[in-house]
Order: sequence, then structure tokens, then C-alpha cells
Amino acid sequence: MQQTDTAPQSVTMPKFNRETLVNIAVMAILLALPLWASSIGEDYYVNLASLITIFAIAGVGLNFAIGQGGMVSFGHAAFFGIGGYTTGIAAFHSFEETLFMAMPFAISGTNQMLIIWIVAMVLCGLAALAIGAISLRTEGVYFIMITLAFAQMIYYFAISWPTYGGEDGLSIYLRNELPMVDAESALTFFLICFILLLGSIFVSARLSGSRFGAALGTARMNETRLATSGIDPFPIKLTGFVISAMITGLAGALFAELNGFVGPSMLSWHRSGEIMVFVILGGVGRLYGPVIGAALFVLLETYIGEWTEHWQLLLASPCLVSFSSPEAV
Amino acid sequence: MTKPVLEVKGLHKNFGALQATKNVSLDLKPNEIHALIGPNGAGKSTLIGQIAGWITPDAGSIYLDGEDVTTETVASRSRKGLGRSFQVSSLAMEVSARRNVMLSVQASQGSSFRFWKQTKSDQELRETAGNWLKKVGLGGREDIAVSELSHGERRQVEVACALAMKPKALLLDEPMAGLGPTGSVQLTEFLEEIRPEIPILLIEHDMDAVFRLADRITVLVGGAAILSGSVDEIRASALVREAYLGEEA
Repeated sequence: MQQTDTAPQSVTMPKFNRETLVNIAVMAILLALPLWASSIGEDYYVNLASLITIFAIAGVGLNFAIGQGGMVSFGHAAFFGIGGYTTGIAAFHSFEETLFMAMPFAISGTNQMLIIWIVAMVLCGLAALAIGAISLRTEGVYFIMITLAFAQMIYYFAISWPTYGGEDGLSIYLRNELPMVDAESALTFFLICFILLLGSIFVSARLSGSRFGAALGTARMNETRLATSGIDPFPIKLTGFVISAMITGLAGALFAELNGFVGPSMLSWHRSGEIMVFVILGGVGRLYGPVIGAALFVLLETYIGEWTEHWQLLLASPCLVSFSSPEAV
Repeated sequence: MTKPVLEVKGLHKNFGALQATKNVSLDLKPNEIHALIGPNGAGKSTLIGQIAGWITPDAGSIYLDGEDVTTETVASRSRKGLGRSFQVSSLAMEVSARRNVMLSVQASQGSSFRFWKQTKSDQELRETAGNWLKKVGLGGREDIAVSELSHGERRQVEVACALAMKPKALLLDEPMAGLGPTGSVQLTEFLEEIRPEIPILLIEHDMDAVFRLADRITVLVGGAAILSGSVDEIRASALVREAYLGEEA
């Protein structure tokens, strides 16, 4: 060992123990509260926890793009909305017993969540491939603006498509089904979301620690280094963007199930901003950050929103704290 | 005659009205250190940029080991065996020296589209990176964040990254800059050591190092290679004294 090095090691080593404890505590509370609320018959709180969980998944998706890949996307509502509309449109055709399209091959609706999730994620992946292929030629502010522009395009597309409700959106009359379980039950649905949240965090962690993750992280820290090491940054970043979009798209599909409704508001730029707030509040790049961010956001909206509609003013203060000292959060 | 490892033929680059590179041709043969010198604004950076792939030349071609790489990307040239270090070191500052080298090792082993296995438990990857760091003299400093390392140490990390790619040629852009006298001497010795394995195209302001290391020197002035020859020829040239060393002939 060299004894000359007195520099703090915290730069390379995250404060592992404390952060892990906080993460475990947050996940335990998120799991325990709805179990308790359900036992006393308060489904409202169970659904609130589901909402936090779903927003957290959306945040985990965006956090992968921002925290790992350094791609500050201001258009993730596009993927959230595409996920939601996939659910809505599949359920709509299933309910009406009509076909989504007859040519060149027939596609009917479905009320099976598993199929919807896969389709939603595939569609989000394809959308992200197209959006990313163009947007990732830019950087910084230009990237933020061009992703925003693409999301707005999809937003106006949804508004002007009367078959699926246009501006009024689309109701999902019956929650879609999952084999073996009763997804109609608020608690069961929460548990489904919670398991998917754990899954998305796990996948995100594994990917970040892999060779691909090492390359993506270097794309964020120093793209010149990545290229000099013989790895083309563009395909790495594009793949990261697609994965990020797929996770956020899954959250969108769940969000539509929870509300029994999809509308263009899922695609609006406010939504993109909210997902970004989950990430920033919880600390960019922190694995469990979006869970904390989403929880703070939903709780502030629900409880402070009760006595003032200017609750977002109060949201600003934790945001300021996390901006000014990322270590504090 | 031995086949050159790196060859530049008739390179031209204009920025608007400015001719940054004027018909430059040079080559790098096995077992040699070829130094590129020239006053500030001579177009050294532009030339290096074109060889490494950051700048597209207007005309001319670049061959690496006989293969035309003029239209290849930076990453592709690196994979094909062009290692380099930068004037201002370009590393991932937040992570350890080992992590930086691991990325190069990983790239030299093949695809980075491997999503599941964790690099931190990949002993072979970690040890290979560690060995390269030992080789450049950073044994014991592997797991310190690059941002905590000194200027000279960062330069060593960059060289380790380049070597880990098992390059056919090295492009070193002012490796002595900011090193201090001891560091310079150490690096000079190290470059002597690797010369038989990997030829080096060296851009350097430290004339002591250049005269000591170089087998050949090319002088770049106003975007053109005005002279190329052995150390003695360059020392003796009145043209060089006038254009570069600033003495009136």
C-alpha cells in the first residue's frame, strides 16, 4: 500500500452503508404502507402507493439515460404515453371486439397484460430507436430541445386521432388481466407494480455494471476517451436510450391500467418534466433515487395540493437542495 | 525497405481561407520514433486530428499497416491499432485508473454489447488492466480516481490505455508537457523501452527529449512539412533554425 494517498476515497467509493440503509427503508415503507392500508380497507392509499411505484419505474427508465448515459431527455413522456396508449388501444379493441388493423395481417386487441407490456416496450423501443437515431447527433441543450420536439409531435398526433378519443382520451372500462392473479384488486395491482419496480431497478443495476454499462458511463464522462478506446459512442448511446425508453414505456402501460384511462396529458411536456423531477429529486444516477423522488412528488402533490394549488412552489425547495448539494439528498 | 506502419500521403486541409495542412506526407516505420516538431500554429494539432480521425482531410490518404483508413472513425482506427495520448489528458475523471484501462482492454477483447456479466467481478479484465498500469509505473495507484492523480500520473494512465489496445503505432501528443524534469526523464526512458515493440509518432516541444529519442524528425511550418531528416540533419539545417528555433540565419 502506498501511504502517500491521503485524499478522500469517497470520490470513487459511494457511501455504501448509509445509502443502502436508506434504500432498504424506503422500499420497506413503500411495501408496508399499502399492505396496512389494504388491511383496513383503504384502497385509496393502496392506489397512491401504486402511483408512486409506477412513477418510480418511469424515473428508473429516465435515470438510466441521464445518470448512466448522460442523455438528458426532455421527451420521455413520449414513451410513457406510447406505453399508455398501447394499453388503452389494446383494451379498446378487445372490449369492442374489433381489429386494430386488418391489412396486411390482422391484429386484434387484447386484454392480457403480459402481451400488452411486451408490445408496449417493443413499440417504445422502436420509437426510441427512431428518435434517438436523430437526436443523438446533437448534444447538450440541443438534445434536450429535440427530444422535447419529438414528444410534442407524438402529443399532437394523439390529439388529432379521433378513433382513440383525440383530446378526450380513451377509457379502459375493465382492467386488463394477468394469468393466475386478480389484477382488479388494488393490493394485487400494487404488488405487480412493486415487483416490476424491483425488476427494473435490478435490470438497471446489472446493465450499469456490465461491459455495456462501462461503455455507456464513459460516454457520459468523456466521449473522447470512449472513441479513443476503440468503442464508437453512437451505437452505445442509442442502445442506452432505447433501454431507458422501454422501462419508461412499461411504467406508462401500468399508469393507464391504474387510472383506467389514457389521454394526451400522458404525452405532454409537463409529464416529461415531472419524470425528470423524480430523477433530480432522488439524485441523478442513484439507483433508488427515482423511488424517493416519485414518493416526495406524489406526497407533496396529494397533501399540500389539498390546501393550495401552488404546491409546486414547495416542490421547488427540495429540488433546490438536491441541485445545490447532491450529497444531501 | 521495411513497410511503414503508418503512412500519410498528400494530406490537405483548409479552414476557410486558412491552409492548415499543405500537402503533408510522412511515414512511421517499425522500431522507430518519428518526431514531429514545429512552432505554434504550424498545424500540428490539425495534422494529428486528421491522423487520429477527428478531422476529415480535404484531400490525401492515411494508411495504417497498409490499409487505407482515411474514411474510418476514430474508434475504428483505435481498434485497428492506432493508440494515442492527448495534449490535455482525456480520461474518465470520476472513475479509477483501472476502470479507464479496463475499458481499453474490454474494447480490444471484442464487443461491448455484453449486458449481463459484471465487470467488477471479472478478475481477468481487472488484472489485465492492472498489469498495464504496473507496466507504465502506476503499480499501487490502480484504484484511485483519475481526478485524484497528478498530471504526470494521468499521462501514464493514458499511455496504459493506449498500450492495452495492443497498438501497432502510437501517436503521442506532447507527452512531456507539464511533467517536470524527473517525470520527463522517466517517460523518455519508458518510450525508449517500448520503441522496439511499438513505433511512435511523437509531437513534442521538449527539444532535449526530441533530440534524445527521435530517429527521424519532420519539421512542420505553416501547415507544410518543410524538412524531414535525422537528428543531425535537423540540428544542422539553417532553414529549421530560422523557421523554428528562431535564430537568424
